Amino acid sequence: MLKTYLPARFIVERNASRCIQCQVCVRQCGFDVHYYDEEDDEVRARDERCVACHRCVVFCPTNALTIRKNPLDYRENFNWRGEAIEDIIKQSETGGILLTGMGNDKSYPIYWDKLVLNASQVTNPSIDPLREPMELRTYLGRRPDKVEVDWETGKLNTRLTPLVPLEVPVMFSAISYGAISLNVHESLARAASEAGTLWNTGEGGLHKKLYKYGSNTIVQVASGRFGVHPGYLDAARVVEIKIGQGAKPGIGGHLPGEKVSAEVAATRMIPMGTDALSPAPHHDIYSIEDLSQLIYALKEATNYTKPVSVKIAAVHNAAAIASGIVRAGADIVAIDGIRGATGAAPKIIRDNVGIPIELALASVDQRLREEGIRNQASVVVAGGIRNSADVVKAIALGADAVYIGTAALISIGCHVCQACYTGRCSWGIATTDSYLAKRINPDIASHRLVNLLRAWSHEIKEMLGGMGVNALESLRGNRLHLRGVGLTDTELEILGVRMAGS
Amino acid sequence: MKRVYPREEVCIGCRLCEVHCKVEHSRSKDVVKAFKREQSVARVRVQENGPLSFALQCRHCPEPYCVYSCLTGAMHRDPGSGVVKHDPDRCVGCWTCVLVCPFGVLVRDVANHRIGPKCDLCPDRAVPACVANCPNEALVYAEEA
Repeated sequence: MLKTYLPARFIVERNASRCIQCQVCVRQCGFDVHYYDEEDDEVRARDERCVACHRCVVFCPTNALTIRKNPLDYRENFNWRGEAIEDIIKQSETGGILLTGMGNDKSYPIYWDKLVLNASQVTNPSIDPLREPMELRTYLGRRPDKVEVDWETGKLNTRLTPLVPLEVPVMFSAISYGAISLNVHESLARAASEAGTLWNTGEGGLHKKLYKYGSNTIVQVASGRFGVHPGYLDAARVVEIKIGQGAKPGIGGHLPGEKVSAEVAATRMIPMGTDALSPAPHHDIYSIEDLSQLIYALKEATNYTKPVSVKIAAVHNAAAIASGIVRAGADIVAIDGIRGATGAAPKIIRDNVGIPIELALASVDQRLREEGIRNQASVVVAGGIRNSADVVKAIALGADAVYIGTAALISIGCHVCQACYTGRCSWGIATTDSYLAKRINPDIASHRLVNLLRAWSHEIKEMLGGMGVNALESLRGNRLHLRGVGLTDTELEILGVRMAGS
Repeated sequence: MKRVYPREEVCIGCRLCEVHCKVEHSRSKDVVKAFKREQSVARVRVQENGPLSFALQCRHCPEPYCVYSCLTGAMHRDPGSGVVKHDPDRCVGCWTCVLVCPFGVLVRDVANHRIGPKCDLCPDRAVPACVANCPNEALVYAEEA
């Protein structure tokens, strides 16, 4: 076997005076880091396997564990930093594409952090959301260009399109069953139902057990068409065509056969143990016209009762593409930015392809307004939304709602260790292993997710109140409530935001 | 009466119930001392077979065979609370209770020639330690399951 030249990334420190050899860490680690030496009655660690997911740290009953970054320093070299060196070592040992999980971890600018919000002082009153009503309800879908009423009869001549209400403008991103366990799917579904929002199946189909949450479910139709059948479409509130994903624009998906258990196979409608391959493009979509055919095929199949969403990765021509998507008949355009996460993607793609969601959102909203078609579709953004301020800023930039994936998973235990692609998630999230998947108790996880949404709702209301706005609708696309700090003229121009102080 | 019921579908086999049971039944009630200095014994044991696991402790049966079969009256049922208790001073180590327990909960204490300590539902606590400290709510303390 090839000798690895990779040093351990983390060091497991065990406080011997506190360790009681209870072996909880041994049982909890999904990566076999901890082991018990019976002869010496001592628990030890294989540091080189540690991914710093902190499961053992959190579960240790005596707080005996600390995980530290291996302080091993390379000779200082701005170009040849540790990561660049280690990636080459890994590739020279495996000859393969490097895989990773979660979202882009590079230091691209985070524009949310360069945008600040307004508040009322003296000349217009702020509103106390605890004393006065505050409206967060959002409707997703297509609005008519104009409303025509027959004044003789008082009847509406305009044919209304289906709209979906959200009590909080935050939905759960697409994460497929197979990438995550059924327990996580159930937790997301239950939380969305309780909080009055939507969750997204991802491209792996909808398990039979979860059909009862259909009225809060977005079902995806992706390039692999996994699990798509009439019942699946009928069960949903929204149907989403997945063209791309922020973590891997232009790249397909691959769920390895080991993860395709009997249940996953039945839900995806593929043979057990076979690799589930999602092609990079939809093989029937090579133009906006082709996309339009699929959109209308899905609308026909669902009798025009559900909005159809089209999700794309934020790429250079996002604005023009979004315009085409709206003209093709989509009721919702979902855009996933460069920080969007994944269960598995080539590291080189995740870290280098796509554009920041803030810029994509601003340009898409601007373009749709200029073309007079902004009313024809809702805009949903995803990819790295971390807190309620990011949500408010997104809405002020023009979004109707946001998707959260990583934030939702963090609320149920994820520590963003980026080892999703291994399927050994110690937190029982990104795995279909029945021993690990039990770690997510849907009772607890759905409660935590609802708590997160409730907390964000309160914070959004506080921020709106401060701005003197009593409905989220009034903030949507209102970029005058934003100011930029530390941005160039070009950045400000693309964001459509003025410099702070001006 | 309230009993501890396991939910095997969410038991993750971490055995923190065992750890906290030991601590609760130690003199010091300190987790490090309970393990390092005292010979405290857990009264709950996690049964495990692959992904299937659950915590097992005395079921405090309404018809306790262990009490009926006890030669000396060491095993008795508290008439007020209904808790099945064991008095080690009266136990002669005949282990009949071990034989009759339908759940296999009771264990031998060979060194002291009696049975090992059994679940007492933590009389000093509102909720037994194993239930209060289960990280995945795989143990519930309730009138019925």
